[in-house]
Amino acid sequence: MDVYAALFVVVLSAFLGYEVISRVPVLLHTPLMSGSNFIHGIVLVGAMVALAIAQTPLEQAVGFVAVVMGAMNVTGGYAVTERILAMFDRSKKQGGSP
Amino acid sequence: MIDFIDPIYLLAVIVFIFGLKGMSSPKTARGGIVAAGVAMLIAVVATAAAFFFPTTASLLGLSGTPALVNLALIALGIGIGGGLGYYAAKKVQMTAMPQMVAAYNGMGGGAAAAIAAVELLAGSGINGLSVAGAVIGSVSIAGSLIAFLKLQGWMRQRPIVYPLQQPTNIAVLIVGVFFGVLSVVMNQGVYLLPFFVLTLLFGILLTLPIGGADMPVVISLFNALTGIAVAMDGFSIQNYAMIVAGILVGAAGTLLTVLMARAMNRSIPSVLFGAFGATEEVGGSIQGSLKPIEPDDAASLLAYAGQVVIAPGYGMAVAQAQQKVKELVDALEAKGVTVKFAIHPVAGRMPGHMNVLLAEAGVSYDHLYDRDEINPEFATTDVVLVIGANDVVNPAAHRQGSPLFGMPILDVENAKNVLVIKRGQGKGFAGIENDLFYKDNCRMLYGDAQAVVGKLIQSLKTV
Repeated sequence: MDVYAALFVVVLSAFLGYEVISRVPVLLHTPLMSGSNFIHGIVLVGAMVALAIAQTPLEQAVGFVAVVMGAMNVTGGYAVTERILAMFDRSKKQGGSP
Repeated sequence: MIDFIDPIYLLAVIVFIFGLKGMSSPKTARGGIVAAGVAMLIAVVATAAAFFFPTTASLLGLSGTPALVNLALIALGIGIGGGLGYYAAKKVQMTAMPQMVAAYNGMGGGAAAAIAAVELLAGSGINGLSVAGAVIGSVSIAGSLIAFLKLQGWMRQRPIVYPLQQPTNIAVLIVGVFFGVLSVVMNQGVYLLPFFVLTLLFGILLTLPIGGADMPVVISLFNALTGIAVAMDGFSIQNYAMIVAGILVGAAGTLLTVLMARAMNRSIPSVLFGAFGATEEVGGSIQGSLKPIEPDDAASLLAYAGQVVIAPGYGMAVAQAQQKVKELVDALEAKGVTVKFAIHPVAGRMPGHMNVLLAEAGVSYDHLYDRDEINPEFATTDVVLVIGANDVVNPAAHRQGSPLFGMPILDVENAKNVLVIKRGQGKGFAGIENDLFYKDNCRMLYGDAQAVVGKLIQSLKTV
């Protein structure tokens, strides 16, 4: 990968991350932290590749640990975020009908 | 058909960005996480499918289809990890959510470190970036797990300090990184063992001196770090989805960390190196005494008030009192009392913690006011009911020399009456005595928040 192409990707992604979050209300800080926690669960994809190329038993063992942890990050991160946000939905409905 | 993987990763990344954008507004938040979830599923399925197309697999850095045993291990790992993660997240109490975020963030960091370890063992990735990914990932998993243990109460929450702490920690990190570089230069996998032991140790040592009150900021910081570790791995194995998603979380997480720290009037270095709450304040003696009040008397104060402001804190979360609090609000509103909630940005263990719990109980948004909105109103408020909050209502924050000095607080002391529901006479999370409880206009209701609020509701019926 070209070093400059990589730097462009980093700079633009960093700005995006900053811009997307910059006007978030305090109310959503916790779900947002949880949601971004879910998004770095994309590490699972890397873990799958790492285990796929593993050759020695040690590499396989470490790769397996990576996949297990990555999968936990994905499903746990999703479920926690979903649970928190589901509550906001419910309160909106109840709040609308006094 | 063959080169489907990069277009799908691109699509996933775009959906992640819109998902994150959606999550920054209450109306679209739920749609945001669902969209991101679908994108994640597609990315994972596409990666698995790519293993069976040799040309596409080579784009992922594979030399042909992986061995059957590796494929089986991948399926097994996803099954075990995915099942465990989902089950635990569904089963855990809402109050334990902050530490669950810490735990799952740690898993991500651990996965990033483990990927880097495989790359280093196999010598297949770009080694310098793998070392960086391994260091950051290790610090993130070790630190997150300590944060989890502290929040879960399985470990002492007060800062753990010892002489020469910072120099020791830095030395551990430097020696650790040295072994990592050595393993690359000498091409000897054996140096990876001390490398990982020392970088994990650094993550633990870094988190030990951080007190419970600062934990949300630290978890957010580790979240950002995990993102960066994932991006480093992404560079190492040339995976654009990991690079963009990782940097996205790294940047968003860093900003979120700064926002949280600002809300507590703390700087990131002072969070990391300040050992906040380890030292007792000296000299600041408090005038007055703690004055208890009976629930009946408290209820009549509330019933005849024009405006009541409720300031909830971690005590409400621990006691699971949010449902009772909602009943209390309904009972008071039935009597024509205006009820508002004063939400300090860092009340509880995480920003937004109170919003989540009150939303769970069905309290609508328009009852919730943040610190800047509500502070001018306290002077015209008849009764403030503090439920299990402590440091965020401590007027010591206005007194120079106090460890809390400068932290923006809810100025509940300005109200005509202050009622405080509190488990016992202990100190707050920061370990600092609360001046508020000794003020003339303050009365204490001791006991579990849910039980006390229940008594207040009962008493209200007879007023």
